Amino acid sequence: MSLTHLQRLESEAIHIMREVAAEAEKPVMLYSVGKDSAVMLHLAKKAFFPSPPPFPLLHVDTTWKFQEMYKLREKSAKDAGMELLVHQNPEAKERGINPFDHGGLHTDMWKTQGLKQALDQYGFDAAFGGARRDEEKSRAKERIFSFRSANHRWDPKNQRPELWKLYNTRKSKGESIRVFPLSNWTELDIWQYIHLENIEIVPLYFSARRPTVERDGMLLMIDDDRFRFEEGEKPVERSIRFRTLGCYPLTGAVESEATTLPQIIQEMLLTTTSERQGRAIDHDQAASMEKKKQEGYF
Amino acid sequence: MAHSEDIDPETIYRTDALIAEDIDAYLETHQHKTMLRFITCGSVDDGKSTLIGRLLYDSKMIFEDQLATLEADSKKVGTQGQEIDFALLVDGLAAEREQGITIDVAYRFFATEKRKFIVADTPGHEQYTRNMVTGASTADLAVILIDARQGILTQTRRHSYLAHLIGIKHLVVAVNKMDLVGYDQAVYEKIIADYTAFAEEIGIAAFTPMPISGLSGDNITSKSDNTPWYNGPTLVQHLENVEVMVTANQARPLRMGVQWVNRPNLDFRGFSGQIASGTVKPGDQVRILPSGKTTTVKRIVTLDGDLDEAVAGQSVTLTLADEIDCSRGDVISAVDAPPQVADQFETTIVWMDESELLPGRSYWMKIGTQFVSATVQPPKYQVNVNNMEQLAAKTLELNGIGVAEIATDRPIIFEPYADNRDLGGFILIDKISNATVAAGMLHFCLRRSQNVHWQDVDVDRAAHALQKRQEPRVVWFTGLSGSGKSTIANMVEKRLHALGKHSFLLDGDNVRHGLNKDLGFTDVDRVENIRRIGEVAKLMADAGLIVLTAFISPFRAERQLVRSMLPDDEFIEIFVDTPLAVAEERDVKGLYKKARAGELKNFTGIDSDYEIPQNPEMRIDTTKMSPEEAAEIIVDKIVGSWSYTI
Repeated sequence: MSLTHLQRLESEAIHIMREVAAEAEKPVMLYSVGKDSAVMLHLAKKAFFPSPPPFPLLHVDTTWKFQEMYKLREKSAKDAGMELLVHQNPEAKERGINPFDHGGLHTDMWKTQGLKQALDQYGFDAAFGGARRDEEKSRAKERIFSFRSANHRWDPKNQRPELWKLYNTRKSKGESIRVFPLSNWTELDIWQYIHLENIEIVPLYFSARRPTVERDGMLLMIDDDRFRFEEGEKPVERSIRFRTLGCYPLTGAVESEATTLPQIIQEMLLTTTSERQGRAIDHDQAASMEKKKQEGYF
Repeated sequence: MAHSEDIDPETIYRTDALIAEDIDAYLETHQHKTMLRFITCGSVDDGKSTLIGRLLYDSKMIFEDQLATLEADSKKVGTQGQEIDFALLVDGLAAEREQGITIDVAYRFFATEKRKFIVADTPGHEQYTRNMVTGASTADLAVILIDARQGILTQTRRHSYLAHLIGIKHLVVAVNKMDLVGYDQAVYEKIIADYTAFAEEIGIAAFTPMPISGLSGDNITSKSDNTPWYNGPTLVQHLENVEVMVTANQARPLRMGVQWVNRPNLDFRGFSGQIASGTVKPGDQVRILPSGKTTTVKRIVTLDGDLDEAVAGQSVTLTLADEIDCSRGDVISAVDAPPQVADQFETTIVWMDESELLPGRSYWMKIGTQFVSATVQPPKYQVNVNNMEQLAAKTLELNGIGVAEIATDRPIIFEPYADNRDLGGFILIDKISNATVAAGMLHFCLRRSQNVHWQDVDVDRAAHALQKRQEPRVVWFTGLSGSGKSTIANMVEKRLHALGKHSFLLDGDNVRHGLNKDLGFTDVDRVENIRRIGEVAKLMADAGLIVLTAFISPFRAERQLVRSMLPDDEFIEIFVDTPLAVAEERDVKGLYKKARAGELKNFTGIDSDYEIPQNPEMRIDTTKMSPEEAAEIIVDKIVGSWSYTI
């Protein structure tokens, strides 16, 4: 009996999660409510069944996620029988940091700083993340177990060799590990798996008529009344969906009629742009992700 | 690029027509794809990145926005003029893009109609053996790239040897850049003949040769019209059809290392792990190692319901019919064909750290789900990866490969690496830095490890101690040369003697001249020096003595090793803390002067490190306390901690 690629990817991810559960002192699963998080959470349920996964979920919240994401977040945690921790950077909150006025600072304060705060505050020594190596070039070289200094910095020149299925989880006090069980999955694998396993995802991935504006070549959705219109902008109903979900004013939608998973996959396969194209964050410069990661971005 | 019409790359990778017309049918076929992991090896100019870029490009793993970036980058830093430089697709990190070389292991993905592929892209540079071994460790197949204009190079031999060493059974020898030699069959045949001779020499049983061009796409996805004399498969056809390791492993006896014990409540106890080899069904008799107890598999539990069967490569949770002791590190195996258990092995080790191997030092060893302490003997020989010559070696440095014996502190469950990567491959971890310092492969256990049994003695250590009416101790003085260790230890012994205690002082004079006279002062010898002293001190403590040792013992790891040999509380580490400047000023034996003059090499504090104890039982500051005062409080500590005295 030959295992399919999805069976092998599933088995690998489960193996990774169990290693962390067995060897880390205080693991946590970062949960962003996106499709990769949904797959990761589903795999965690499988890895430890009939026990609930032996770690909490942590959402590093920017307060600017789509409303539908917040709804699914609560439900998913409850269904999995897991504790849900939500962290919002108090400094960003106090200073009213938002994507309209603060650009890159918004991501840095809410996400990068927020994540470091949360990990320090709870003393987590291992954090699962849903990043995949096919997403972006610097990710392709990152290990599945990726070490961070006590200051949460990643040193791409000083990574531990990762052989066979042997993960070295030893670390000094204050150091922590980011663990990426989906490292070897591609976007197509993720969608196929969601389809096969019937995994619940945020409805925004499916096409519907939603209020939008077009700005700088991106279609933005008006998710709540905090949205700021620029001069001459008016909400237009369009049939749209999202390939990737982040903060709503920073995430571009695509026009689409895909309302089922097979239709989404079909669109994805016939499309000609990559998934991260919808994210403003990658566009700064070629090595931007690598820089952000060295500074502690997930 | 000229192709014969029989296979269109489009049909190999994905059929856009089917996607558009019947997505459900398309998904159905794609759910049944298998997966192959392979590695590409070649030197800097063999066109490795170009080949991978080509595979990704042809499989449409590159999107328009990425292509736009690629085109812009190609013009800016590319090496192909105005053409697209495929290599830029795969050279990820900023630093290496500027240098124009790949410096680490990167993983890439593409898929055809039949399979998903994970490619480990590793560098061809001399200093990066460790990266290639890392990439090869998970690979089913290796593509060895040879530049048709260059023929077999030193790197070709090295990569082939490493791939063979890691046990890759499928080797593809791809003679690349055929376009640059006019698709000349004679050039190709000559290279393959040379390679065949070399392969026989190093024991490579079989390989698949093919003429290709990554740049112009010959024999990659479709048969090239430029090489009508070549009748073998294209690269992609071959990749689609070779048997993957995980499938081959199903034919072997069952082994599953227990990763995690699943205990949600008192009624359920499951054992979670990934099946390394074989198959398992409910009702199968199994043997648990190392206990050797047998039982029956009751259920194979998953979130989607119980399974009737599970096979190598799957992560499962098993429940057993009997309440048997079984925890992380144990192995559930076929009842009639269990793996072996031993504590001494012959191994091949690939050193991966900047600091060299220290034979005799205790490292962590991870093998499967087992985690133990292990010491490595001095290598029997080191292998020159360029010509496979065996060289004498005392140690291994970064990227060094050697054969050495390893001893573990407790028996482990293993299989020869050639039979089972999961139970034969291991890593070594430095206990202080936590770095992964080596990868290794177990070949066989040493017979003596199965035949040496502890002789049970009637007069045991407790009896020895009772007769002497004292509790044994190892009082370990550590500090710089000239810090006052011997002076203080000597005073302590005099006091103990006066109190009627049985003691013995081990110091440089009575050890370096006899037991350890074969050892010098390199790091390797220092480790062995302390290991032997530790063993002697332990034997003396077994005899009931209070052992005092006065050695610089500069490394934390060895002091920790001796501590771990003794029962809790028997090891008393005393840090004789004298600043270097003070010790040097005293310079009782005139050694610092010699060291400063360059007459003494490897002198601690001058050109060799001293690692300060982090949690010694006592710290003696000799700038604030006389040796007499120090001796007094140390004796108090030793004698005062006893439950009974004379």
